[in-house]
Amino acid sequence: MEELNMLESIERYIRGEMLPEERVFFEGLRKNNPDVDQMVVEHTVFLHQMEKYGDRKNLRSTLQDVHNALFESGQIRQSKETRVVRLWLKYRKVVAVAASIAGITALCMTAIAISLSSKTASKSIEVLNRKISILDQKQNSLNAKLKETPPKVPLEAEFKLGGTGFMIDTRGYIVTNAHVVNSASMVIVQNNKGQEFKTKIIYINPDLDIAFLKIMDSDFKAPPVIPYGINKSNLELGEAIFTLGYPRDEIVYGEGYLSAKTGYRGDTLACQISVAANPGNSGGPVLDKNGDVIGILSNRQVQAQGAVFAIRSKYILSALEEVKSDTAYTGIHLPQTSMVKNMDRIQQIKKIQECIYMVKSY
Amino acid sequence: MTTDSIEQGLLKGLAQHERKAIETIYRNHYSMVQSLIINNSGTSDDAKDIFQEALVVLYEKARSGSFELHAQLKTYIYAVCRRLWLKKLQLNKRFSGDLANAEETISISEDVAIYEHRNVDFELMEMAMQNLGEPCKALLESYYLQKKNMSEIAMEFGYTNADNAKNQKYKCLMRLKKIFFSQYKKP
Repeated sequence: MEELNMLESIERYIRGEMLPEERVFFEGLRKNNPDVDQMVVEHTVFLHQMEKYGDRKNLRSTLQDVHNALFESGQIRQSKETRVVRLWLKYRKVVAVAASIAGITALCMTAIAISLSSKTASKSIEVLNRKISILDQKQNSLNAKLKETPPKVPLEAEFKLGGTGFMIDTRGYIVTNAHVVNSASMVIVQNNKGQEFKTKIIYINPDLDIAFLKIMDSDFKAPPVIPYGINKSNLELGEAIFTLGYPRDEIVYGEGYLSAKTGYRGDTLACQISVAANPGNSGGPVLDKNGDVIGILSNRQVQAQGAVFAIRSKYILSALEEVKSDTAYTGIHLPQTSMVKNMDRIQQIKKIQECIYMVKSY
Repeated sequence: MTTDSIEQGLLKGLAQHERKAIETIYRNHYSMVQSLIINNSGTSDDAKDIFQEALVVLYEKARSGSFELHAQLKTYIYAVCRRLWLKKLQLNKRFSGDLANAEETISISEDVAIYEHRNVDFELMEMAMQNLGEPCKALLESYYLQKKNMSEIAMEFGYTNADNAKNQKYKCLMRLKKIFFSQYKKP
């Protein structure tokens, strides 16, 4: 009860409600009694806080009142933000981050895919084959019909691969790539005049990627001579070369140079040439300026445009030795010297193209 | 009257809790603040809170007797709201770069700091009051905030006499002070 009265006195003192003599007495008490003094100080702070608290509480309720009143009377309006807009505003950064992450992930995956695929040698070599559409096949057979010659290909046969080959013996022996005729049930060759001839595969060596074909067709008329020779000597870097082949239905000429003495990844079997080559050029001859065959165009590297590899011509000879081990073919003779040496290129091509064949595997 | 003197009048009115002054300020400036908040990932509820907080800042300034605004009321309110909203965003980790990059045109840091300090005290008292529970809360509010005398309070709360009410008030007050001073930090 005493404390209660003391607190009441303190409150009255702080509010200045005391009579003058009472005030003097209380101040005396305060001075002599530190506990009372402490209580006065503390209570002053408290009352001050209480005052401010009440004040702010009041203001807040007034503000809320005003807000509601103005809102109801339509003097302030809620802005027309829709839920979608609000969600978008709230999450647009998240969306942006998510989109970036998705993008980066896609890029990373692509990068990983590219780096992994480049490590597989077998995939990085694009075999120069050409798939001819069914339409072409139909067209060819129609052409054949127009010429009143029965087609050499049974109509129901499916055309698998196309390439190029070149003749090495006037009796109908043709060299091409093993991969062009590999797994073929039938091989047809077509000359630059569009005539087709049935052939037989007499030798195939996937390691050297060389195959020999023999034309077995009564329509075939042997050319008088093979215009080019087979060059077995060593090659020099930078030597000008040219190619003839059938990347499309027309014979195509290409020019380039010898760019390396070895093939893909140091393959000594081959050499590297720089020439525009397309699928379908496979098996075509690579000739030097004199018109001598220096190699068989075989494949190209996927990543490096213009890096084309050719099998060196001396391997034609070693392959031929194996062919000759079969007694039926001992009579094959390679053309030794070029007949078109010192001719201009146009004349050379005119002669040479007669011995270049399109090879079609079925 | 010039714009300046009108605004001075509004401030004086605000300091004295004049409803008319508050309404005028509200009408003139609320839409601006609402657009600011909503365009910076807030809602209209956020806008209301921020605007009212800014008015409290303004009120404290007006109460402190310095009616001298060194800028237009509009500029002042905008700057304060921007600052307060920025703090709220940072607190919620929804930091908005655009808002932070805009340069502050007038100095309001001091006013906002004073406001925030008082806000701590306000919230502390509110918390203490909440913890006190009824009827203590209502009793103390009647006496200290609504300034009713003890006999009125005795009538209202059903005590037989003012002394009993006083006794009850004393007990409540002691509890409130205990809660309040346990966390109160001197400025």
